[in-house]
Formats: sequence, C-alpha cells, structure tokens
Amino acid sequence: MSLSIADVEKVARLARLAMTEQEIQTAQMQLSNIFGLIAEMQAVDTSGIEPMSHSQDLSQRLRIDTVSETNQREAFQAIAPQTEAGLYLVPQVIE
Amino acid sequence: MSDFFNSSLRQLGDALRTKKVSSVELTQNYLSRISQYNQYINAFITLSPEVSLAQARAADARLAAGNAEALTGIPIAQKDIFCAKGWLTTCGSKMLHNFVSPYDAHVISQFNNAGAINLGKTNMDEFAMGSSNETSHYGPVKNPWDMARVPGGSSGGTAAAVAARLCAAATGTDTGGSIRQPAALCGISGLKPTYGVVSRYGMIAFASSLDQAGPMGRSAEDLALLLNTMAGFDERDSTSLQRDKEDYARDLNKPLNGLRIGLPKEFFAEGLDNDVAQAVEAAIAEYKKLGATVVDISLPNSKLSVPVYYVLAPAEASSNLSRFDGVRYGYRAPEYTDLADMYEKSRAQGFGTEVKRRIMIGTYVLSHGYYDAYYLQAQKIRRLIAQDFTEAYKQCDVIMGPTAPSTAFKLGEKGDDPVQMYLSDIYTIAVNLAGLPGMSIPCGFGANNMPVGLQIIGNYFDEARMLNIAHQYQLVTDWHNRAPQVL
Repeated sequence: MSLSIADVEKVARLARLAMTEQEIQTAQMQLSNIFGLIAEMQAVDTSGIEPMSHSQDLSQRLRIDTVSETNQREAFQAIAPQTEAGLYLVPQVIE
Repeated sequence: MSDFFNSSLRQLGDALRTKKVSSVELTQNYLSRISQYNQYINAFITLSPEVSLAQARAADARLAAGNAEALTGIPIAQKDIFCAKGWLTTCGSKMLHNFVSPYDAHVISQFNNAGAINLGKTNMDEFAMGSSNETSHYGPVKNPWDMARVPGGSSGGTAAAVAARLCAAATGTDTGGSIRQPAALCGISGLKPTYGVVSRYGMIAFASSLDQAGPMGRSAEDLALLLNTMAGFDERDSTSLQRDKEDYARDLNKPLNGLRIGLPKEFFAEGLDNDVAQAVEAAIAEYKKLGATVVDISLPNSKLSVPVYYVLAPAEASSNLSRFDGVRYGYRAPEYTDLADMYEKSRAQGFGTEVKRRIMIGTYVLSHGYYDAYYLQAQKIRRLIAQDFTEAYKQCDVIMGPTAPSTAFKLGEKGDDPVQMYLSDIYTIAVNLAGLPGMSIPCGFGANNMPVGLQIIGNYFDEARMLNIAHQYQLVTDWHNRAPQVL
C-alpha cells in the first residue's frame, strides 16, 4: 500500500507536526514501506475473533470518585514553559 | 574494592550488612568508574552524585540501625523513562530536555523504600522507540564489547551500564523487546514480567497495553531480588494486577528434571544468523544435560507479530504523545504565530525522526474510516497470537529460542531503513502482544566475539520458574560472568 503526498500532509496536520516539503516526501516513502509490511495482516480471516486489549481480559478498574490528590500547582508550574499568576500562558485564541 | 564490581547483589548486601564496605564507599566507587568510562559508552544521561551520596549516607544509617532490606545501600541505575522526583527525566527526548520530575514513578518509590541508591538515569531510544539506542537525543550508546556496535534498545544505556560494571544492576522497560534485545546484545540478563505485574505509574507511556518494566542485571539470581522490589499491585496503574506478593527467588534452587522445553519452529527458520543458532542450540543441549526434554512446537501466527505491533504500538503512542504540546511542561518552540503554530512547531522541533514517524503511523491507522481495518484487525490477530502460546503450553512448560536474529550490529548500519530495524525484534514482540513474561540470558558468543542471548518465555505469572530455569543454567555455565575486555 502506498500513501499519497496529500495523505501524509493530512496526517501531519492531524498529529500537529509541522513538516517541510522535503520531510513530507521522505515520510511518504518510508510510511509506504511500513504500510507494505503491515499489509500482510489484512489478509488474515478474523471473523468471530474478539479483539484483545489486555492479556488477562480485565476490564478497567474504577475507583470511588473522591479527591485523592493535593494541590501542587506551584511545583507543577515551576517546570512550565510560561506561566503568570498561576495560569499557563499560550498565544491568544479569541480575538 | 575492585572485587565488588563483579559481586552479585546478594554478595553486595552481605558485604554491606557485615560492614566490609559502606554504601557511601560503594556509591563513590561506582561514580568514579562512571566518570572514567561513561565518556566512551554514553550509558548515562543524568548523574546527580550529591543526591546519590545522600541516599547512600541514609542507607548506611539504616544498615547501622539493623533494619536493612536485600537492596539497601546497593547502587542501581534507572532507565530515564522513570520519573524520579527532583531528577531530570528526559525519556531520551529533546521534548523533555528540561523536565525535572515533580513526582516518583511507582518503581522508583519501591527502590527508594528498599533503601537502594539511585546511581543515575540511563540513556535510551527516544520515548523507547528503537532497537539500537541510536534515536536518543543524547547520542547513541556504545556496546562495551565493541564500541563500533550498538548496545540494542531501547534500554541500551541500562544494558551497556550493567555490562561495563558501571552499576550493580538497573531497570529497563519492554514494549516489543526493549529489555530482552539489549540484554542479549550486551551479554547480560533481563526479564520482562507478565503484563500488569509491575506498575506503569510514572513510567513515561509509549504503548500502554504493551509497556512493562523489568529488571536487568548480571544474573538470574540478581533479577529475582530486583523483581521482588519492583513487583506489586499499585492502584495508580489501572492495569496493575491485584495478586499476592511473591518471593521470586523461592524456586531458584529447584532441579530441572522433567522440564519440557518447547522449541517453536518459527524461531529457528530463515532470518536467523548461524552463529546465533549455534549458541542457542548449545544452550538447549546444556538443558538436556540438566534433565530437560525438548518438544517441537509451532506458533503459526507469530509471523504476524511485527505487522500487528506496528499498528498497535504507534496507535497507542500517537495518543499518549499528544500530551506533549509545549503548554504545561517540556519543550516549547522559541517562535510561533498562534496556538496551532506553537503546537506544530514545538512538536516538530521537540520530537526526533523515529518518534514522528510512529506518531504519523498511529495517527493514520486511528483516523476516520481506518479504525476497523487496522487497529481492530490488529487486536483480533493479537488474540490469535496469544492463543498460539496457550496451545503450546499444553505440550511444554517453557519456550526457548533466540532473543534476536543476530548479534549486535554496527552503529549506523540500519539507520536508513526503519523496516530492517523493526525486524530485529521479530522474536520478542509476540511475547508483549500476548502479555507473557520473557527473559534473555547470555548463552555464548557469535561471530566477532559478540554476545548471544537465549530467550526464555514462560506462561503467565511463571517468573519464579523462569528465574529457576535461568539460574540452574548459570550454575553450570559462566557466560553471565564474562566481562568486556575493552575497558
């Protein structure tokens, strides 16, 4: 299977990855090779087989909905790229 | 003092408890050995000698007070995928070049509670995506057996550090072979437990349904002591298994009479190098001398494990890595025009080539209209792969084969072709997909005098038995005691 340049551009946009034209072209070739490898799997008859997500077939464990963490805003914001008055700063979104 | 670099963890513990050496002395000696050799091997990303030595002083106090545990005072290196409070935790990525973790992973707190010393954070493939340690933002790790060769990956820094005696033991993580393959390529022992045995809390996520942490060391006996500390239920990991605490060293000394070893024909077919096949066959012959019998088995769907893995792992990775957006922590691009541009540039500059490639594969297979054809189909085949093992274990107690198809390859050799690199995990991936425990132990040397690993795959929760099987082999062979000569 091969991906088109447009496929790769769409995926890069969905994944929020800025890519140059050169990078898009390299990615198109390499991703097409990888999907060539993956294609082997498509021919397998899996009718009636349940998908497996956990080897012990456990369902997600739930907990009581109570507060379990203490406020550590200062510790967490100390490693943030940009903060002000306890808020994370990002470029303006609403004009 | 130099003798201690080849001591087992049990011997180190005895020496500490009988005051033959202090934890501060031991830690200082390892730190000076690291400062001497790390420049060549690049096994560590971060060292923090004052923090390690402060832990050592506390361990000495605990030893003096007589309430030491098996690992109290012993210097252990931690793969840089584990968040450790106050430590730079990069996961091998530029994206986390400035991330000083505000909390401890469960594995780290288990070692801290045991009084072990955190000797430093080991190098790794970026976000654990790689089989050669060449995708690290902090430079490749060199194999201590031959500096022109890779140590394997993704736990390559850990494997090289253990092989070069730069730490007493260390931790790794294994999503598709990242403990076993580097253990094989560096001539050390490594164990990936049953999925759910070791908590993933604070272990930076790659593919959550496959990721599992485990111990890496010089012998099966050492791995048992490490796993005793690492394993256990943790409510903060929603897939952690609630089980009674076990002593993984309890069966080490059991004889192997009557052990049935399954040899999957698919693991000895085309693609396996001759030198590796010979060493593995010699190991099987040794097991027969120990009383084991051999059964030919088949894992017919295992050939599909590489394609299935390269759908599931990137899909989960693309979701897990969406958290790196340059807002709350980690790398933010210096210049951008608006919020979308900030996300796109921060991620483009912060992630390396292999990570971006896998994010794109994952994004594609999860995008609208493709879910059933890729992710769901892969999860169904995953069950077929797991069922092959269930069938096989009706005929045998344990499965053996090569860990990797070749010994360590040269740096740069597979750099341009991702598919070739992916195939170096061909014998390990099925084990992660099935959620089974797997280990690698040294079983000889191949061409160019590079180590070969024997893979031992157990049934679910058979870690103690696998360690017994490995330990009995290590009692009658000395491959695990060989050390690289270059240093």
